[in-house]
Amino acid sequence: MSLGTTYPTHWRRPPRMLRDRRWRLVVQGAALVYLVLAVGSLDIEWSRVVEGLARGQAFVEGFLQPDFTSRWGDIRQGLIESLTMTLTATVVGVLISVPIGIGGARNLVPAPVYAVCRTIIAVSRSLQEIIIAIFLVAMFGFGPLAGFMTLSFASIGFIAKLLAEDIEECDVHQIEAVRATGASWWQVLHYAIQPQVMPRLIGLSMYRLDINFRESAVIGIVGAGGIGATLNTAIDRYEYDSAGAILLIVIVIVMLSEYGSSYLRRFLQ
Amino acid sequence: MKPSLVNTAEPATYAQIWTFRTPRARLALWVGWLALVALFVYCWQVMNAETMWVFVADAPTQAADIGSRMWPPSLSYLPELMKPLWDTLNIATLGTLGGVIMAVPVAFLAARNTTPSVALIRPLALWVIVASRSINSLIWALLLVAIIGPGLLAGVVAIALRSIGFVGKLLYEAIEETDIRQVEAVSATGASAMQRLNYAIVPQILPAFWGITMFRWDINIRESTILGLVGAGGIGLKLQSSINVLAWPQVATILLLILGTVIVSEWISARVRHAIL
Repeated sequence: MSLGTTYPTHWRRPPRMLRDRRWRLVVQGAALVYLVLAVGSLDIEWSRVVEGLARGQAFVEGFLQPDFTSRWGDIRQGLIESLTMTLTATVVGVLISVPIGIGGARNLVPAPVYAVCRTIIAVSRSLQEIIIAIFLVAMFGFGPLAGFMTLSFASIGFIAKLLAEDIEECDVHQIEAVRATGASWWQVLHYAIQPQVMPRLIGLSMYRLDINFRESAVIGIVGAGGIGATLNTAIDRYEYDSAGAILLIVIVIVMLSEYGSSYLRRFLQ
Repeated sequence: MKPSLVNTAEPATYAQIWTFRTPRARLALWVGWLALVALFVYCWQVMNAETMWVFVADAPTQAADIGSRMWPPSLSYLPELMKPLWDTLNIATLGTLGGVIMAVPVAFLAARNTTPSVALIRPLALWVIVASRSINSLIWALLLVAIIGPGLLAGVVAIALRSIGFVGKLLYEAIEETDIRQVEAVSATGASAMQRLNYAIVPQILPAFWGITMFRWDINIRESTILGLVGAGGIGLKLQSSINVLAWPQVATILLLILGTVIVSEWISARVRHAIL
């Protein structure tokens, strides 16, 4: 008894994407051409890189033996600015973004309000923190107030967008049930929407607090106060041990806030 | 017998009016809010101890001034921006590539079900992920410009180092969520540890992997536009020099170009992710 067909003796994994062989070749070829062009345009000055390796080593050493003491006054001032800026900006950002988030939920508001709120969200999200910071420093002068403004503005887009999406995903049955009792728009918001989105809103606020602290370490570079200014100064002076200390402090605080917020979220749910 | 709707034997201690929360919960809530407000006011005081309110009062005038100087954007500056824009795209793409190459082993070491040692190597890998995530790409760029000099390479390395944490974290979570039955099925055929990774785990995480990579590429385009502010090449370099000479129409042009690039990259990334997932 013989079967007419011969089966291959080796199994080959079928391709997951781009099942047509020709398309695969085209895409792979294009990727290769792009890579060659891109790497070619890098224009690396190897002598400078080799020269810099010694400095890199100095930085790694500074990171391993951080110097907290000699610049402690500056570090402390920067930290206080960063932490206060982070907290106030998160609170104000959440306060502003809650109405905007509600306005950006399609199931609660009429179309014109929706359009306005979504535009605000899009503008806030598309601009980088650091670019906003440049402008706000130009307007409000150097210091943590400009940083506070920047972080508040950036928080609005983030929280309002996620809150709006969360409200849109709310359970319709609960909203209908509350509405069936004759509840007004505000009562629906209070008794049907708020209990459903509150745990997530708190989680988002905690997450944004975390992000705002990380960002506060950056916007100091353009003069908006905070630990970033101290870090920038330390790197400009080639004081890698102080820079290492600052980075370690930032990492530790971010880790603590991450653990803290995950604990708090579990506690609240 | 149907249960009666009105239970006459109910104790009288229940409140007659239904309330959302118990008195104790209400009290706790108020104390919590009060504490938050007090903390906010205290932080506000500390933060604004040295604020010059004269400058703040002056802000609307300044804003109007800058706004009027920025308009109209100088479109004749646009051709000059094409080379920096190409550089920016390269920083983002090569940086993502480098970041992903470094993140994949870290993710496999960090995932509970693939790590060689839960006690020793996993915390180390998690630490790498957290450290990379806590330090913004701009700070990485600041450091790298000081170490290997200004230029595109510093930008690429900064983006790559920053991407490790993001890609690593999402990827190791995807690895931990893989279906154990497929792994068992493959190991039942007598597969070695490497074959288990290759045939049971990798196919499960591949869609997530491409999704994460595209997502990070999109974020990296965003971040690489500003790396030039600290000297790491790309369009940010032009932004910095235009701001330094107060050429506001040029600044407006650059910002519009950045905005356009970000929107296009977000659209591409969303389309690709939609096609994969």
